[in-house]
Amino acid sequence: MPYAVETRDLTRIFAGKRHWLRKPDPEEVERGVGPTTALGGVTVQIPEGELFGLLGPNGAGKTTLIKILCTLLLPTSGEAFVAGHDVTKDVFPIRQRIGMVSGGETTGYGLLTARENIWMFSQFYGVPSKVAKERIDGLMKVFGLWDRRDAKVRTLSTGQRQKMNMVRGFATDPDILFLDEPTLGLDVNAARIIRDYVMKWLKENKGKTVLLTTHYMAEADEMCDRIAIIDNGKILACDTPENLKRTARMDTTFQLEVDALRNTDGFTAIPGVKNFSSKNDIGKNMTHLTFILDGEAPVADILSRIMSQGSKVHSLQKSEPTLEDVFIRMVGRGFE
Amino acid sequence: MREATVRRADLRFRLGLNLRSVVGRAYPRVIGANREPSWLIFEVFLPLLGIAAYVFIYQAFYQAQAAAICPSPCTPTPAQLLALHQAGQNLNALVATVVLGGTMVAFWLNVLWSMASQLYWEKEIGNLQLYMMAPMNRMALLGGMAIGGMFMTSVRALSTLVAGIVVFGVIFSVANPFLLLAVFFVTLIALYGMGMMFASLYLLWGREAWNLSALMEEPIFFSSGMYFPAGGLFSIPTWGPAVAIAGSIVPATFGLDALRQLTLPGTAPLPLLPPVTELEILLVLAVVFLVLARYTLAYLETLAKREGKLTSRHQ
Ligand SMILES: Nc1ncnc2c1ncn2[C@@H]1O[C@H](COP(=O)(O)OP(=O)(O)O)[C@@H](O)[C@H]1O
Ligand SMILES: [Mg+2]
Repeated sequence: MPYAVETRDLTRIFAGKRHWLRKPDPEEVERGVGPTTALGGVTVQIPEGELFGLLGPNGAGKTTLIKILCTLLLPTSGEAFVAGHDVTKDVFPIRQRIGMVSGGETTGYGLLTARENIWMFSQFYGVPSKVAKERIDGLMKVFGLWDRRDAKVRTLSTGQRQKMNMVRGFATDPDILFLDEPTLGLDVNAARIIRDYVMKWLKENKGKTVLLTTHYMAEADEMCDRIAIIDNGKILACDTPENLKRTARMDTTFQLEVDALRNTDGFTAIPGVKNFSSKNDIGKNMTHLTFILDGEAPVADILSRIMSQGSKVHSLQKSEPTLEDVFIRMVGRGFE
Repeated sequence: MREATVRRADLRFRLGLNLRSVVGRAYPRVIGANREPSWLIFEVFLPLLGIAAYVFIYQAFYQAQAAAICPSPCTPTPAQLLALHQAGQNLNALVATVVLGGTMVAFWLNVLWSMASQLYWEKEIGNLQLYMMAPMNRMALLGGMAIGGMFMTSVRALSTLVAGIVVFGVIFSVANPFLLLAVFFVTLIALYGMGMMFASLYLLWGREAWNLSALMEEPIFFSSGMYFPAGGLFSIPTWGPAVAIAGSIVPATFGLDALRQLTLPGTAPLPLLPPVTELEILLVLAVVFLVLARYTLAYLETLAKREGKLTSRHQ
């Protein structure tokens, strides 16, 4: 059986553009005007039926990977197959079988109703109108959008809009659904409904596959069969959430809240400190530190190092390992 | 959705898929044309103002001419009566020319802003990536945009035409309705074919495309003779004919000229070529633009996929 998604050493480099007439914009200068390696040799295999998560911070390359798999972007090198077809050659059978929904989408036409919009997109997949309308009505009920079915899209709230986008994604009955941060910026309830339906859909429909990207740890942990942790265009680890956390469980994780620290150098020099991340809370004038340690022995050295800066420790707590700790251990910084 | 969707790729399925896509993409335009009545003000009343400006000028000329033929108080001789009748017919032909041109302006604006720059706008709001990852043919997408645009604009243009006839009292007479319809539809196909080609060309560009559309708007009003007979350009020494010939690449020029000749038989001022010849040229233009659109889009889509410009990078 072919994989639903398979990539081999997939690389995508964006040429840093410089127009001869235009001054480079500040954002580009900051990134270093030169080329960006959005994906640097990604190899993944996603079997049919899996809910596969791609977890990584902003700019990690998640969307770039999805765009390549959706036949919207060509790889610079390497190979990618969706439903067994090469994304650079055999796009029709891929396009027939896929769907994509991204978080914060503003797609559709404001003048049309939610229902009309979804129907329109279903026509681009050749779904007969009657079938499309039945599916759309059913899905709108599931997502709690039924009483807004005839509302113009521009009057929908963010949550309703994203539910509409999800209905669109399912209405064409894809075999492989790409969800790019689908719950981005949603309230808890809307996010809950979306997560639950995705999991239910996979359970009830044999042979469907979902590739989900997210930068919410808990979401990946709860939903995914397997997770690939991605940073800077590279997959750092790929395993079940359980196994990933098991690796982390061999370490000891401590959370500290201290007065704002100016200098966080030197922590990694302390024996037994595997890695750490720090996050400043400017409002409270505090620094939040997460340490990944080999046993509890280094805690004393850490504390004395903090206090030698004249900073007071407000709380110190040993914590259960989360996926974020896995990430911190590997790259030495947190997610947000 | 218990039953798995069967994936077909046969010709019949593809034909159905692309027909559905055309209908799907035309739908928002067909519906959008009438859902909000505010278009009546913008699309019917405002064009009338543009037309009125020219009509008043032509009417002022007529007054002066009439005064010269028979100074007031006027008790015309039969010869003066004939001359006045002649001048009145000329006025009608000029006003009709402007009303017709002002009506066709709607199509040109629609082609520029809702065809040529459309994909740029779709890219910004995120629709483009959903269109491009769907299995439909790209020409079905452009075709749906065009057919929807033609319908929407025809409703508006017809309203402008009727209002123009009522307000300015223009008299049209149609001798050959079939040829008239043929010219009208072929003009639209050629015009929207050109829009489809520009839409494809603009795939790689962002704001530049928008600016280019803004840049093209007025020169084409001028060179296509929207508010005066394009044949008048030939009486301008040196650059006039050059502008007229360059402008006739835009299908609006010959289309409008033929429509004027067919609705003002014998009185249309300064015609360019016989209407049938113009129809033939328009047919050639239509085919050329559609073929160019097809290949430009295929080529630029690949280029855009390579350069990462098919999608807005913030999506
Ligand atoms: N079209 C583009 N042109 C240039 N650089 C891009 C483009 N798209 C993405 N990038 C860069 O590639 C990197 C990965 O981006 P992306 O895949 O969007 O990350 P993620 O979705 O994980 O946040 C980022 O550094 C981003 O700035
Ligand atoms: Mg992203």
